[in-house]
Amino acid sequence: MKTVIRKIAVFVEETHSEMGRKVQPPTRRAAAVAVIENPCAGKYVEDLSELMIIGEELGELLAERAVGALGIPAEKAESYGKAAAVGENGELEHAAAILHPKLGASVRKVLGKGAALIPSSKKRGGLGVVLDIPLGHKDAAFVRSHFDGMEVRLNDAPRANEIMVAVAVTDSGRPLPRVGGLTKDQIKGEDGLR
Amino acid sequence: MLEVQVRKRLTVVEEIFHEGGPAASVPLRRAAVLAVIHNPYAGKYVPEIAGFMDDLKPLGLTMAHSLIAALGGDAKIVEGYGKGAIIGSAGELEHGALWHVPGGYAMRELLGDAKAIVASTKKVGGPGTRLDVPITHINASYVRSHFDAMEVGLADAPRADELLLALVMTTGARVHARVGGLKASDIKGEDGLR
Repeated sequence: MKTVIRKIAVFVEETHSEMGRKVQPPTRRAAAVAVIENPCAGKYVEDLSELMIIGEELGELLAERAVGALGIPAEKAESYGKAAAVGENGELEHAAAILHPKLGASVRKVLGKGAALIPSSKKRGGLGVVLDIPLGHKDAAFVRSHFDGMEVRLNDAPRANEIMVAVAVTDSGRPLPRVGGLTKDQIKGEDGLR
Repeated sequence: MLEVQVRKRLTVVEEIFHEGGPAASVPLRRAAVLAVIHNPYAGKYVPEIAGFMDDLKPLGLTMAHSLIAALGGDAKIVEGYGKGAIIGSAGELEHGALWHVPGGYAMRELLGDAKAIVASTKKVGGPGTRLDVPITHINASYVRSHFDAMEVGLADAPRADELLLALVMTTGARVHARVGGLKASDIKGEDGLR
């Protein structure tokens, strides 16, 4: 593996009730986060292909960790998202190089499918920076019940020469969805949108 | 007998490979389980609250089981532990103290009658409050390599009438522990201290 990992954290959130109303079965979302060395920190690097390869490696590793933490077969995953935070000696473009060219394909290799765009966010920040990972249905981006987000944070990352990379996977949408729109049982799942 | 109403749970597992020094042959793992429950005493002064400790015992055991499962299922690999609570704004600090017995004894029971007192912290706070849960060795509080802490929290908890309860377990010393003191290999493990 090309990626130098300092730490990995895996979060699983379960919501059992909202406003006193039971959520049955509980909605669950998982995020796997890797804190890695930024090989391009501290200087301007024109060719970011090294970071793209890191993205490819992390897509598979993090998707496997997230699905594993949910304890579901990969094809039961319903929504997903990705995000990265670059430490202060790095460039926003470094996050883009990790997230966009190759990471998605390796996430989809783990999940089996994933016709929809993987929603993403990125930022530069210091230790303890909060990542809000956007979430959307993995086969049909317009499924309204699955528009969501998951917050993750590590108090000791990213250091100046590090990048924090996150992949989130769920087995459900929001706890008590009731704002209409396309529902998951109506989707075709071919064009990634509906 | 008061019902324990769980709104949500969070499981976090951190795997630490290195922190700038040589990578550990076995990465340190730290796990936390959080439960967000309704505070039955929120909004008023209730003189008699101690009975709720018994009601919380099953939750303590469930959370301790989840922690061991999150670390791979073998209680023998657990070397450190800690606990904590965040009390929502309509509660009082004393409500957090209800967690000492059910949280602490659940972990000690499942870890084979661990000898050391379970380090703890608590505070009143709003949604998003972070808690640094202290960690010490499970059989001898003075083991210096195992003094640690894990930061936990949830963006949407605790609400005013909620309690956020936390348990933490670790699999070993800080990743590059090297400041001397009592070693885990030198403990007697009788009095819980040395």
